[in-house]
Amino acid sequence: MVTDVNINPGYRSRVHPQKFALWLSFASIIMMFAALTSAYIVKQASGNWLEFALPSEFIFSTIAIIGSSICLHVSLKAFKNRNRAIHKYGLIAAFILGTAFVVLQYFGWNTLFSFGVDLKGNASGSFFYLITGLHAVHVLGGIAALCVALYHTFSLPFNVTARRVHRYELVVQYWHFVDILWLYLLIFLVFVK
Amino acid sequence: MAELITTYDTDVIIAENGYDDHFHEHHHGDKYQSGFIHHYIFSMDHKIIARQFLITGIFWAIIGAAMSIIFRMQLGFPEESMTWLKPLLGKWIVVDDTGMGTLAPEFYYALVTMHGTILVFFVLTAGLSGTFSNLLIPLQLGARDMASPFLNMLSYWFFFTAGVVMFYSLFLNTGPFSGGWTAYPPLSALPQASTGSGTGMTLWLVSLTLFVVSVLLGGVNYITTVLNLRTQGMTLWRMPLTIWAFFVTAILGLLSFPVLASGFFMLIFDRSLGTSFFLSDIFIEGQALDRVGGTPILYQHLFWFLGHPEVYIIILPAMGLSSEVLSVHARKPIFGYKAMVLSILAIGFLSFIVWAHHMFMSGVNPFISNFFVIFTLIIAVPSAIKVFNWITTLWGGNIRLNSAMLFAIGFVSMFISGGLTGIFLGNSAIDIQMHDTYFVVAHFHIVMGIAAFFGMFAGIYHWYPKMFGRFMSETMGKIHFWGTLIGAYAIFWPMHYIGMAGVPRRYYSFDAFDAFRHFTDMNKFITVAAIIVFFLQLLFVLNFFYSIWKGKKMTTRNPWEATTLEWTTPIDAGHGNWPGKIPSVHRWPYDYNKDEREYVPQHIPMVEGEEAGDH
Repeated sequence: MVTDVNINPGYRSRVHPQKFALWLSFASIIMMFAALTSAYIVKQASGNWLEFALPSEFIFSTIAIIGSSICLHVSLKAFKNRNRAIHKYGLIAAFILGTAFVVLQYFGWNTLFSFGVDLKGNASGSFFYLITGLHAVHVLGGIAALCVALYHTFSLPFNVTARRVHRYELVVQYWHFVDILWLYLLIFLVFVK
Repeated sequence: MAELITTYDTDVIIAENGYDDHFHEHHHGDKYQSGFIHHYIFSMDHKIIARQFLITGIFWAIIGAAMSIIFRMQLGFPEESMTWLKPLLGKWIVVDDTGMGTLAPEFYYALVTMHGTILVFFVLTAGLSGTFSNLLIPLQLGARDMASPFLNMLSYWFFFTAGVVMFYSLFLNTGPFSGGWTAYPPLSALPQASTGSGTGMTLWLVSLTLFVVSVLLGGVNYITTVLNLRTQGMTLWRMPLTIWAFFVTAILGLLSFPVLASGFFMLIFDRSLGTSFFLSDIFIEGQALDRVGGTPILYQHLFWFLGHPEVYIIILPAMGLSSEVLSVHARKPIFGYKAMVLSILAIGFLSFIVWAHHMFMSGVNPFISNFFVIFTLIIAVPSAIKVFNWITTLWGGNIRLNSAMLFAIGFVSMFISGGLTGIFLGNSAIDIQMHDTYFVVAHFHIVMGIAAFFGMFAGIYHWYPKMFGRFMSETMGKIHFWGTLIGAYAIFWPMHYIGMAGVPRRYYSFDAFDAFRHFTDMNKFITVAAIIVFFLQLLFVLNFFYSIWKGKKMTTRNPWEATTLEWTTPIDAGHGNWPGKIPSVHRWPYDYNKDEREYVPQHIPMVEGEEAGDH
């Protein structure tokens, strides 16, 4: 039964309120990164801007996060179709690839630092570390949600209820969101420099 | 003459026509009310959270107002000894050999800064929209609670923690932050820039970051509740204007506060990690700073991208509350309901594209200023529509002049007086003379300080029975209103003249300026008025807390004979608001004096052949 997820299912509410609230928080996060990338453009226009190429780690991290999104999508579909094995292994793969994304970002920052792009120096480097770092924090939040999903998958009996599908969808949607957010940031950072 | 119908058997009507959501078949109700701690402290009931926001807001309002009295004494009576404040302010009162105590200039700046921060964020954002969005959104929409009661509780406790951090900063040895409530760099970015820029500023940033989290959690909840949890028949066009105002307020907060957070992150990086977003190689004590290429203007853009929507986050709830109170106590439908809603939406939209009018004098390109001047002046159009509609709502009404109504009318008066000076300041050419003077101080205090407070008072007097089951004293309420109305004009009207003469704001003393010497008496007058108004607010606080326990008891559930759904719940409604079914809605919220009926609440079904009131 879906209604017990919330104390008030509302009358003719087509979208579950929690899912709607999640989308609103996406709007909020988008505004935060929109502010940072706008400030980036404004600062760049005022001159004294260091140009640098992104190290290859960021290509691998991008592949990792796209891969984890695909795995999670497959896992959700499998959960809805009551396919336990694919659900489980999809989630584990998504978790590993998601963690790999953060680790690869860290390696990327190290390489960039060894190139001489310092957080303290030119504003282009400061912006790069701030924007990608803040994004990584949001990914860590997603990994925390994946941990909860993993815990449920392994501790609870395999039982496909509307409530569990709904909760899993919240995790998956947030994960897709940070994935797409990264793609936007990557394209922005590659082309606006 | 046909008899006017004035009573409705609400329980029977809800039982017959209400919407059954099977709420009481689950056992959620008990979970929220068990034990003192879950009922009154870590409560998830929106009605309790609303009262928590209100009482915390009152606490901060008293502190913020007391601060303004201390710096007003410095401005009005710089020659008088302040030694008697030594027990309260300690080392910030410097006593010389003759026993003459003076306020330390650093602390004067800290007081001005804290007064602004506290009033804008803690009182008029959290205390106003936090209180009434929480109280009224579920009740007026016919919802059991917010979409997420848990996040709602977190929203309050983030606000509370933000308050604790800010309160702690008041007692630092180096004092709280003192660079102005807007926290412009470099004063906010360099710990060595002033006494308050070190730990004081760090705590300011921590506190306000927690506050942003609180606003976002609250805003997500308010918007979700409005769009998803309305009862049967409650279409968007049947929502009371209060809800429209809270709804747009929450959208503004959700989209503008994250931008402030971005600015804060950059500021934190500049302060702690040595980046150069806002700092450049400026000279400090003869030494060039080892930063290159940063600009404080960038911070100003980010700050005012929040800062301007913020003033509408403050005033829109006051507009919504006043609209409702004016209509109920004039016993007339609000004039031009749809125009009112569209004006709220227009103001909300325009608030995002006018932020640089706060920066005309900070080196913005004058051609870009033109764009911001035009959109700023266009805001006068929806504002004027609203003022016109409030006045026409009063026209020919059967007006009850109680405290709530007086404050709602006072709100309209203040909004007109303060709004008109906004047209002066919105012009970038006039702003060359006016910027950073007392004219600006007078403008924004009247239009978003006093006006928002009046809207808030109207709301408190009107919904007090809903919150506490008792009434506030009308006599004290009326003394409070007339004293505050006259007093507020006495404080801020003279400031317009001082400002037009060019007296700058935020200055500690005007000893060095011969040109401003003849304003001494006016400054004394303003200070005396401010002290009187401060004590009148203490009368309100007394009335508020006295009435919680000793006020006249509410005997009927709809004492104002209002049409909205919050008055259909039992007097001591528990969690879930309605004991049985939720009322369903059959009409718009302003059916007063319709078809020979004095008022028709929203949950009363249409009779055969009846036309809708909002045609």
